[in-house]
Amino acid sequence: MPREFKLPDLGEGIHEGEIVEVLVSVGDEVEDGSPVLIIETDKATTEVPSPVNGVVKEIKVKPGDVVNVGDVLMVFTERGEPEEAAKEARGAEKPAEKPVEEKMEKRVGEPEEKEEPEKKRPPLEKEEKKADKPTEKPPVKEGPVPAAPSTRRLSRELGVDLHEVPPSGPGGRVTAEDVRAFAETGKKAKEAAEKPSTGKAPAAPSFPAFAEAGPLPDFSQWGPVEKQPLRSIRRSTAKRMAQSWSRIPHVTHADEADITELESLRRRHKEQVEARGGALTLTVFALKAAVAALKAFPRFNASLDTEHEEIIIKNYYHIGVAVDTERGLIVPSIRDVDRKSILQLSREMNELIGRVREGKVEREDMAGGTFTLTNVGPLGGTGFTPIINYPQVAILGLAKSSYKPVVRGDENDFAIVPRLMLPLILTFDHRVLDGADAARFMNLVIDALQDPERLLMTM
Amino acid sequence: MVMGEFTQETEVLVVGGGPGGYAAAFRAADLGLEVTMVDMEARPGGVCLFRGCIPSKTLLYVSELLHDTGRAGQMGIEFGEPKIDLEKLRTWKNQVIDKLANGLVFLSKKRGVQLIQGRVAFEGSNLVRLLDSDSEISRIKFRYAIIASGSSATPLPQIKFEKGSRIMDSTGALELVDVPGKLLVVGGGYVGAELGSVYATLGSQVTMVEMHDRLMPGADSDLVEPLTKKLESLFHAILYKTRVKSLQEHDDRVEAELEGEADEPKQKFDRVLIAIGRHPNTKNLGLENTAVKVNERGFIVVDERRRTTDKEIFAVGDVIGGEMLAHKAMYEGKVAAEVIAGEPSAFDAQAIPAVVFTDPQLAWCGLTEQEAKTRNRPVKVARFPWSASGRATSMGVSSGMTKIIFDPDTERILGVGIVGREAGEMISEGVLAIEMGAVAEDLALSIHPHPTLSEGEEEAAEAFLGSSTHILPLRRK
Repeated sequence: MPREFKLPDLGEGIHEGEIVEVLVSVGDEVEDGSPVLIIETDKATTEVPSPVNGVVKEIKVKPGDVVNVGDVLMVFTERGEPEEAAKEARGAEKPAEKPVEEKMEKRVGEPEEKEEPEKKRPPLEKEEKKADKPTEKPPVKEGPVPAAPSTRRLSRELGVDLHEVPPSGPGGRVTAEDVRAFAETGKKAKEAAEKPSTGKAPAAPSFPAFAEAGPLPDFSQWGPVEKQPLRSIRRSTAKRMAQSWSRIPHVTHADEADITELESLRRRHKEQVEARGGALTLTVFALKAAVAALKAFPRFNASLDTEHEEIIIKNYYHIGVAVDTERGLIVPSIRDVDRKSILQLSREMNELIGRVREGKVEREDMAGGTFTLTNVGPLGGTGFTPIINYPQVAILGLAKSSYKPVVRGDENDFAIVPRLMLPLILTFDHRVLDGADAARFMNLVIDALQDPERLLMTM
Repeated sequence: MVMGEFTQETEVLVVGGGPGGYAAAFRAADLGLEVTMVDMEARPGGVCLFRGCIPSKTLLYVSELLHDTGRAGQMGIEFGEPKIDLEKLRTWKNQVIDKLANGLVFLSKKRGVQLIQGRVAFEGSNLVRLLDSDSEISRIKFRYAIIASGSSATPLPQIKFEKGSRIMDSTGALELVDVPGKLLVVGGGYVGAELGSVYATLGSQVTMVEMHDRLMPGADSDLVEPLTKKLESLFHAILYKTRVKSLQEHDDRVEAELEGEADEPKQKFDRVLIAIGRHPNTKNLGLENTAVKVNERGFIVVDERRRTTDKEIFAVGDVIGGEMLAHKAMYEGKVAAEVIAGEPSAFDAQAIPAVVFTDPQLAWCGLTEQEAKTRNRPVKVARFPWSASGRATSMGVSSGMTKIIFDPDTERILGVGIVGREAGEMISEGVLAIEMGAVAEDLALSIHPHPTLSEGEEEAAEAFLGSSTHILPLRRK
């Protein structure tokens, strides 16, 4: 019997993914557990292993397809099947094998909800008989969603697809209240999906954050246009940024740190660290400086729970580092930054960035961040305004460092010296923190970066 | 450039002043848009008012009256032979038209809709030339246009409809020049049935020919049957599976050669009415100068917002095809006007009622039983025969029937069909039920006045649910 292989529940509220690569062709023999597909979800890229020992009979997806949980990806013929089928044909009734999806679930992510076990397969003989019959056309039930004309108009106004609205009326009738409720909960469902522990999320409309914006004009009336689908990482970034920006009152505080000493220290130890498999970058020091400040000001290492009116302070320090990749912005977290040495961090960062750029980052690498660091310095810029990685409450940005004339002394006795200055930008959630907190936090970061010896002492 | 050539500018240009056109113009004006409407006639109304729905229904009402006076005999009222004053009847008909047309002119003026008599040809996507007009305007530049140019009766090959000819289209027949002794009606659709009935009641001997094996192929046969029976007795003959091979017009007669079930292939008639369908008025509109596309049958292609392939040109009514009915055109006209005004409107009607104003009337909307069969869609059907209706019996019209088509699982009403007196009035309840997504219980639990013909819909719904007051329950499996 051919086995349909469906996209399993990937957990963490992820219900769709984009096929990046199909690793097998029709006719290929596959081993149970050998990778057959690469799927990119909005969090990570995952290899999907074969659920069976067998032969690929049919491939139903191609790179670029967006697939949902439950969609059939491929069809396999299991090895050693003819014998099995024959046994069954003789009438030996036996319980069907576990459904393919269930096997998969164990391998990829924890299952949130088990699929119902497959019904007992009828003996093959019966099926053959059925197949012999001329295929009758199945009854067709189609047509529009039952809803009053005023409700249909409302759905167009609110940009709601009536087919997606759960009906409350008799005979599947969608009421105006259903449409309004759906337009509302569409947003709530999204919020729920963002909460890390909630797991399974209800099917939500694709873009609540943009839904109110109304239709765009037809740009092609002014000149040629090209349409690119908003997919995977870009889509996820768009959603998350819109969400953060619309929900958090952002305030940005900027300052400069003199990293002349730090830079010479970094240069002195660079090769030594490289020899041990790490990359001693400014980011590594900034991670340490940030952790020192987070420990001193724990409210920067927090989340705001508006529902329960609580500030949740985290006693762990997993710092997200924004990594620019060909596919877009990815923010993996470095765990327990406070408990790792500079060398350890240099190695971990190096290894993690490598994996991110190759698209091999795991979902676990992305989860659980408490604060974020973003360094655009290598690319340039004297300053920028980072957006907080919701539900965190602050983000530290590093711009390009450069030598600047610094005046030492006072107006009567001074010297102008060239110093390597690093622009620092701290964006914080003004619901949780105030400007004074930010200034204090920033001063601590600056002190740490300006005085590497002191920084090293804090480790 | 001709001296005095004058280009007018308008926000919304409506091409054609029939029901689709004037409904669009009025809605657009009500939404604050500046509107100009161009029609061949001086007053709005179009074919519907001047040469269609209104005059035909005026005459059909008269024939119903005549018919009723005949029927009254069995109830003890004797009227004697009716005297028909054709001149007076024409005057009455024209008075009706006048009154309504003047009403539309009044409504246009009050709304600030500018009416221009003439015809237009598009010169570009935002410009038309005005032709056959006394107006000093030669061109109209518009921001948006709504084409509602309507349709014309389709002639038989090699036959043209000309004024004064014995071979007529519906327009000619409605002029009611005389009551021909023998009338041949070609086509067993609603126009043929309606006008055939009028002439038969006025005294003509009517022969009808129809290509198919039945009348009104769009409606369910059980609903058509009482009408067929009536027409078979009213007409001299109905010839099914028959075509007109040729028509030869002479000064005093038309010689027809029939092909099919006719016993005598060659017959003489005083007049012939051709009612075999209508085709869209898209020729001579200059659409080739725009991006508007027409399909292989000449109908303008539009989307659900009634927008053509030229972004600022919309089209509504007969000219886009589908059901060529005035009420569909009006609905579409309003949709187009609202879309132009920026509202989220779309043509999403789920039931368009069709009415044949014969006696008995035939009306249906939504899904028909035969359509469900062709589409292999499971349905359940409930019927209420009017023989069980107190009202129908007291009026002597108990041969009617009300029929409802339900979804077997959700019990939702998918279609309604009625044959009998006032079917056209009563079908609206069915339309509302379908549009609202009503289920059988909704209809059964709505109190209908007794004794009325409208109880039929309540009782048919009850019958579906297993127990109707005036008919015995069906043995359920």
